[in-house]
Amino acid sequence: MIRLAAFLCGSLFGLGLIVSDMANPARVLAFLDVTGAWDPSLALVMAGALLPSAIAYRWAQARQATLLAGVLHIPQNRRIDRNLVAGAALFGIGWGLAGVCPGPAVALLATGRSFAIVFMAAMLAGMLLYRQRDTAQPIMPESVRARDPGESAS
Amino acid sequence: MIGTAAGAYLLLAGRVAGISGMIAGALGLQKGGAQGLSILFLAGLFVTSGVALAMKPVPLPSLTAADTPLLVLAGLLVGYGTRLGSGCTSGHGVCGLARLSPRSMVATVVFMLAGMAAVTLIRMIAGGAR
Repeated sequence: MIRLAAFLCGSLFGLGLIVSDMANPARVLAFLDVTGAWDPSLALVMAGALLPSAIAYRWAQARQATLLAGVLHIPQNRRIDRNLVAGAALFGIGWGLAGVCPGPAVALLATGRSFAIVFMAAMLAGMLLYRQRDTAQPIMPESVRARDPGESAS
Repeated sequence: MIGTAAGAYLLLAGRVAGISGMIAGALGLQKGGAQGLSILFLAGLFVTSGVALAMKPVPLPSLTAADTPLLVLAGLLVGYGTRLGSGCTSGHGVCGLARLSPRSMVATVVFMLAGMAAVTLIRMIAGGAR
């Protein structure tokens, strides 16, 4: 049941990306092009996505369990640190260069176009690179370990 | 639809629908990454997008030798940055903002500004190309 739900949620998410044109790199770049011919339509997509997501969060929070009586895994980390800001900045630059973020990267892979395949391969390499760096420092002082993202926001 | 999907995933699977985290989870790069569920979510995303794209194609730039390095750099930055910053547009931008997470608010503002800066910079370098 939960497996079917995961598949269906992913399907709906993918459909949303295509219908809203969020998976179109040109549209994303136009959205980010505030100093040029700015196309704000994706702001509406994000605002529209926030509403149902916020309602679901309130509901889940009030129930303290999933609708299938499972455990909620909601990130509890509230610490704003250098990793968060640096990571977001690097991601933002990459997003601005290609107009693709991870969700659309998966969706566009279905086109089989070289653009999508090269981007996905590079993205996975970036994730593995992080993993390398992360595991390369085995013994961390307690203060650093505290902020180790055991549960991450995404 | 994106928000409903993210909300439904939270209510049914009890997890935040962040795609970068799920990709890492699916590859087993993340502790407690719910590998099976992540794979299924991504499979649904991939299959349905494929069908939707067949009906509503998205114009993708054809890749030339000149812009391949830039695309690779972009991919590396997105991959590394989303792991370091624990999230992307979906995890921080949709799910995080919806639960008013201060971390996600900061992350979203930062990646939006960085993206805008990158686009502006590229246009300035490209100069009179457009």
